[in-house]
Amino acid sequence: MIAIKISFKLNGKWVEADVEPYKRALDFLRDDMGMTSVKEGCSEGECGACTIIVNGRNVHSCLMLAVELDGKDVWTLEGIIESGETYISEAYADVGAVQCGFCTPGFIVSTKVLLDENPNPKEEDIKKALEGNICRCTGYARIIEAVKEAARRKRGDAS
Amino acid sequence: MRVIGKRVRRIDAIEKAFGKAKFTNDLSFPRMLHAAVVYPGVAHGVLRSLDVSEALKAPGVVAIATYKNVPNNEMGIVTKDMHVLVPVGGKIRFEADPIAIIAAETREAAEEATSLVNFDVEELQPVLTIDEALRDDPIVNGERNVAFQRKIRRGDIEKGFQESDLILEMDFETGYQEHAYLEPQSIIALWDGDNLTIYGSMQCPFYVHNDVAEVLKLPLNRVTVIQMETGGGFGGKEDVPSYIAVKAALLSYLTKRPVKLVYNRDMDFRETSKRHPSKSHYKVGFTKDGKIKAVKAAVYLDMGAYSTLTPIVMYRSLTHAASAYDVENIFVDVYGVYTNKVPTGAFRGFGSPQVLFAMERVMDEAAKRLGMDPWEIRYKNALEIGKATATGHVLEESVGAKETLEIVREISDYERLKEEVRKFNEGNKYKKRGLGWAHTIYGVSLGAAGQPLDASSGEVHVKMDGTVLVMIGGTEMGQGAKTVMALIVSEILGVDVDNVRVMQPNTSIVQDSGPTVASRTTVFSGNAIRIAAERIRDNIIEYLKSKGVEDIKIENGYWIADGKEIPFSEIAREANAANVKLAEMGWFSTPKLNFDFETGTGEAYVSYTFSTQLSLVEVDLLTGKVELKEAWVSHDIGKVLNPVGAEGQVEGGVVQGMGYAISEEIKHDENGRMLTTNFNNYIVPTIRDIPRVHVKFAESPFSKGPFGAKGLGEPSLMSSPPSIANAVTDALGILINRLPITPEEVLLKL
Ligand code: FES
Ligand code: FES
Repeated sequence: MIAIKISFKLNGKWVEADVEPYKRALDFLRDDMGMTSVKEGCSEGECGACTIIVNGRNVHSCLMLAVELDGKDVWTLEGIIESGETYISEAYADVGAVQCGFCTPGFIVSTKVLLDENPNPKEEDIKKALEGNICRCTGYARIIEAVKEAARRKRGDAS
Repeated sequence: MRVIGKRVRRIDAIEKAFGKAKFTNDLSFPRMLHAAVVYPGVAHGVLRSLDVSEALKAPGVVAIATYKNVPNNEMGIVTKDMHVLVPVGGKIRFEADPIAIIAAETREAAEEATSLVNFDVEELQPVLTIDEALRDDPIVNGERNVAFQRKIRRGDIEKGFQESDLILEMDFETGYQEHAYLEPQSIIALWDGDNLTIYGSMQCPFYVHNDVAEVLKLPLNRVTVIQMETGGGFGGKEDVPSYIAVKAALLSYLTKRPVKLVYNRDMDFRETSKRHPSKSHYKVGFTKDGKIKAVKAAVYLDMGAYSTLTPIVMYRSLTHAASAYDVENIFVDVYGVYTNKVPTGAFRGFGSPQVLFAMERVMDEAAKRLGMDPWEIRYKNALEIGKATATGHVLEESVGAKETLEIVREISDYERLKEEVRKFNEGNKYKKRGLGWAHTIYGVSLGAAGQPLDASSGEVHVKMDGTVLVMIGGTEMGQGAKTVMALIVSEILGVDVDNVRVMQPNTSIVQDSGPTVASRTTVFSGNAIRIAAERIRDNIIEYLKSKGVEDIKIENGYWIADGKEIPFSEIAREANAANVKLAEMGWFSTPKLNFDFETGTGEAYVSYTFSTQLSLVEVDLLTGKVELKEAWVSHDIGKVLNPVGAEGQVEGGVVQGMGYAISEEIKHDENGRMLTTNFNNYIVPTIRDIPRVHVKFAESPFSKGPFGAKGLGEPSLMSSPPSIANAVTDALGILINRLPITPEEVLLKL
């Protein structure tokens, strides 16, 4: 099978890669790029564990082909942390929104997209932003709390 | 106390929230192969032929194992009633009964080759329900479909009914529940010709250790099992990882290469265990003032194609059949029934949610008939010190049952709430609200049926720089075990929680500590660690005394020697230089329980937790949709070691119990093939569905628990389903005796 050359920005740096046309973005990011924070929970766009940011929007990487990343600006939790934006993760840890942690990267990535657009989300906005992410452990109450706490910290940072 | 009972951050939270925690699928090894499983797709039949030659030729395929390659093909926890791989001539008993496994260079290659395996099945009529199974035609497994029975015979059941003013007879049904842990089953096996190492997502490394060694006929000291971060378990990773691990291990054994086997969600739904569907009949007698006189119950559990953990699950159904009440006359039969469906097994609550639902529904009906408040009838029958459980276990300590009832009544402002609900219902034609109580008991740890497994080991090593390494046999699967261990060590040694690292269990380092199930880790691993830490503390004290220090105190976690505060790091350095023993092993087991299995009476568990939940639901009469709006919950789990963790467990348990009660449903077609195999049609609660949950603990200390703690992992779920069912019944005035309460079910009843 002929590999296709793609070039895209991953966590702020341009990278080039040859990818098979059928390869999912999820597998490419995990196996070839080493971005193991991107988790596979359902493979069908139902759980949000594989959430990444593409051109500022959160998407399910299990439903995307690697070739579709060409030319895009792509972020995973690794890049968010490396760039020093740790406040969301810290808020999740501090309020007890992390149990098994398998869903956590996906939730944090979705939270970042929300807070970048809306630094002062209401409970309803939070639910809307996170309804594509499943957590089987926490019952979500502390996740909502974590997003509120992260928003407070973000606003605090800005002022 | 310095850290116990304080609000601290879990020790593994940052690693997880930074995306750094390593789950099994995040590991890879040079020359690693990927595995796939071949399923027959037929629920019942005889495997007549099996030909893998074509699949072997497929690009990338390295090896295919069939029954011929398995050194010991018999498996099973209580009875050896299953195969690793179904042999030709043998019976296929459910659609995902594995017949071959494939190792290939890539996951895609392995998966593609599964369709190239040729086989013939002579199909048999599948047995798909408990009622069909009872007819014993055809037989699914063994000699009879009703393969196991457990019973309680206590008091005089007939006399109990004679003395009753009200006798209720009710039938109940409950459906499956899928664990839906977010991380699917995953294992990596590495056989190097002499030693086998397994990495995996699991609750019970020692089960995997024993099962893999048995199947491959290897000595246990040549097999090492290492638990990786585990993305949820809820019971679904109790025995199941053994079945996954033997497959990966066999392929590694045959190829001498590392093999990764990661299930996709579809496989995970079809092949791996679930909560048992049940049917039960209850006959319960009450006096006119609400005292329970007699409980008679017959409970059938659908165990699917293989018995796996069912006989042990049945023990819990049995001992919890009368819920949390003081009953003198009790007569219970629990049956395990084979059907041609996925084997059911451990799921948070382990056979108790089915019976607690039934008994709690009976309590509400009795209250209604007797004109009592549902709270009052529970309070009247609640257990206390000196009273006996269903099995006749007289409780000597740590019974906060009534306190949980009192707390929930208070924090919910029950009288006002009732009034609000009444007003709401008056003002709304198409939406009705209801309130529902549940009050439940939970036996801590394995109990009399699991005593050979009920001991745990733990090691504590203090390093020269004052950091501490803790090794336990219990696993962290999200429930917070590591943090609780770190808190215990921190409290005893006066070391900062941040300087305590709790390792992933490794069977070559820690002695067999039994399974991480039954809400036993806080008590068992916790006590083992406590013992080890106390020994190290005593070693240090002895050393300081030998140096002439007269007055030694560890106050609020700091060392004070003759009035001088010394940081733990300094003590550790000095003690190490003086050859003080800074590594100790702790071993904990509980005194043996006295239980008579013939009559089902005696000391069933080392201790019990108690819980009460009040649920407020709203039902949409037009759509039939049930919504849990708010829940008030109290648990007596003994001393709460980690409040943030405990509250989080309760919130998660309430919501998982809500899923079981109203939305989660496994469906099969008429041939026994599962129709619900992903989250698009198996509906777990999302962030949109959640109630407001109010939690307050009743802390009735348990003298044998570390710092007085009991356990919480499972009890957090148990009161949720029955309180929701009672609330729906209250809202609609119709009897809800079947779970889940789906919109179709509600509309049908209306
Ligand atoms: S793995 Fe992509 S949404 Fe579940
Ligand atoms: S923390 Fe386990 S799935 Fe969310």
